[in-house]
Amino acid sequence: MDLTLSPNELAFRDELRAWLQANDPGREPAGDEAEFAFRREWQRSLHAGGWAGVSWPTEYGGRGATLIEQAIYNEEIVRAKAPQTANVLGLAMGGPTVIAHGTEEQRHRYLPPILSADEIWCQGFSEPDSGSDLASVNTRATRHGDEWVVTGQKVWTTFAQHAKWCMLVARTDADAPKHKGLSYFLMDMDQDAVQVRPLVQITGEAEFNELFIEEARIPHENIVGGEGNGWAVAITTLMHERATLAFGLQVRVQIALAELIEKARSTRASTAAHFASEDPVVRQRLAQLLIEAEVLRLNAYRGLTATMRDGVPGPEGSLGKWHWSDVNQSLTELAMEIAGPRAMLAEDEWTYRFLRARANSIEGGTTEILKNIVAERVLGLPRMR
Amino acid sequence: MNFDFTDDQRAIKRTAREFLTARYPADTVRTLAGDDRGFTDEQWRELAELGWTGLVVPEADGGLGLGAVELVVIQEELGYALAPTPFFSNVAATLLLVAAGTDAQRSRWLGPLARGEARATIALWDEHGGWSPDVSEAEASGGKLTATKIAVPDAAAADVLIVAAADGRHYLVGASSPGVRIEAERALDPTRKLFSVALDRAAADPLALEPARIGHAYHTIVTALAAETVGVAQRAMEMAVSYAKDRKQFGRPIGAYQAVSHRCAQMLLEVEGARSLAYWAGWALDHEPGAAARAASMAKAYASDAGFRVTASAMQVHGGIGFTWEHDLHFFLKRAKANAHAFGDARWHRERVAELAGV
Repeated sequence: MDLTLSPNELAFRDELRAWLQANDPGREPAGDEAEFAFRREWQRSLHAGGWAGVSWPTEYGGRGATLIEQAIYNEEIVRAKAPQTANVLGLAMGGPTVIAHGTEEQRHRYLPPILSADEIWCQGFSEPDSGSDLASVNTRATRHGDEWVVTGQKVWTTFAQHAKWCMLVARTDADAPKHKGLSYFLMDMDQDAVQVRPLVQITGEAEFNELFIEEARIPHENIVGGEGNGWAVAITTLMHERATLAFGLQVRVQIALAELIEKARSTRASTAAHFASEDPVVRQRLAQLLIEAEVLRLNAYRGLTATMRDGVPGPEGSLGKWHWSDVNQSLTELAMEIAGPRAMLAEDEWTYRFLRARANSIEGGTTEILKNIVAERVLGLPRMR
Repeated sequence: MNFDFTDDQRAIKRTAREFLTARYPADTVRTLAGDDRGFTDEQWRELAELGWTGLVVPEADGGLGLGAVELVVIQEELGYALAPTPFFSNVAATLLLVAAGTDAQRSRWLGPLARGEARATIALWDEHGGWSPDVSEAEASGGKLTATKIAVPDAAAADVLIVAAADGRHYLVGASSPGVRIEAERALDPTRKLFSVALDRAAADPLALEPARIGHAYHTIVTALAAETVGVAQRAMEMAVSYAKDRKQFGRPIGAYQAVSHRCAQMLLEVEGARSLAYWAGWALDHEPGAAARAASMAKAYASDAGFRVTASAMQVHGGIGFTWEHDLHFFLKRAKANAHAFGDARWHRERVAELAGV
């Protein structure tokens, strides 16, 4: 057991820290277009510095970073409060999926513009009638010669308004069992048959979109991983989503918690205590959050150790996203409580965080589905179906 | 960065699991739970032969001089086996002696303790005092101590007691000295024997005033107890999962119902969280002393809650059979709950965490 970073890992961290300090892009501008342009510039700057696609093999333009270096990268990016990249989904999910399942031609065609943010990616998985039960998707693809004609509706497609490529899961064989009849396409968003409509969420902003697809055309060569193999390819994408998020998320919680402690120290309490931070109940809850945040960090590292040893994350690896959503929701709920009557006003960042956190236990796998996975695959309990 | 145990630590864990599984089957635990002394000389001799009695005693004083991580490994396995043994009370007292014993005290006691020829325990809580683990009202004067301590583990089997007093110091008191009266108490957890210790002008020899070293010893003690609770909770979870696979109602194993399976998933979340914190605290005690106080209090707070919740949840999964004396589960629930209240409960340790974080 050694919970310190090796000299190489420390050197990696310090190099990244120094780079981030020297290349601080400043504050993000407001407005979707301006924000997107800013994030695209930021990603190009990262790419030029060799810090885009750190997990990707060097032969595809990545950095070939070890798992620990990837963890450090995700922690440091959040710690530096660096902006998001323009092509989050391409870098974290699309690229790794093409690297794992794509042909050599596909890798050469698609990977470089992901890194340079010249082509943005989005993810067309969920549908109005297929949420947790992803394998039930209804979007249909029919083959016409060298092309597939696709019709259906997708929902929760982040960045669709900027995207060139959509990772699209569609049914190519209606007669096969539901997991077997799916294929994974890369769909060109730049066609009239694909309409993007912003989906306004409870925070009032439109982070996501709906996708209406009416006889869109996709060349046969744009299938990734072979026809009928879409489920396995989609799982790769989802695994990358969950694996890479954990480290960034836990640091985000640590930062938010430090801010919440500051808020508690400067907010008058409703009880005899002068400030909220002196109220014993608030202190207890802040302490519990500090402990849970530490568990998030430690479990992420334990999961990493297990992955390095066995090739797959240990049981604690499947707990991270679920636990994080619990913690982040508790944290934002406590912030509202500390605010007292001001919680009725939508006057600061905490209102947004409180509302946005409601999605945490739904997005990227609901807590209920994650509990099913833990019960069935980790504990070996009988399947419910 | 590596969370795995070393080969040596893994070997200790394997030996502990094999030894404890062989020596403490359920019927043995049950017999010892009903016995006044709660362990046999033969069992103690075997622990000494394994070197466990000397685990935390420095090599120069005749022990193995191993670290907190090794102690965490053994404590987790003792909890998993629910082994009734004075190992923990003895280790707690030994840690305090190692931390702040005078030269004379060390040379008199550490050798025999390391070899398992003597046993020590720790007398902390006052009869009428609060339950804060770092406050005592017991007054020492002129080398004599008058106090009544409650919930003293394994006192009847101890040769020497380490007693906390009002001046913030700890005193060494011979268990069979004049003025020392030890009486059995009924304990919530019958697998760990508790006693009241009445001291009436008993001769008391102070340990050195070493607040930092005493603090470190207490952090080690609570970490060891948290690790024990991890083992207790792990075993209760395994019992619940196994029962949920076997027990059928409405024609299906109850573990196929999400009300049950999600409860089991929650147990795993809490067991693994408690484990991560206990291992980290063990490591910090050995390698990152600046983080040890925070890590130990985090581990103890979390394990205190998780230990009770997981064992209680396991009882719910078992339904009626889990509430019977005949089933073993109640011993696990009682140990987890008793551990939760020993050496500072979750609330006390959370307040420490808040303080240390500058809240």
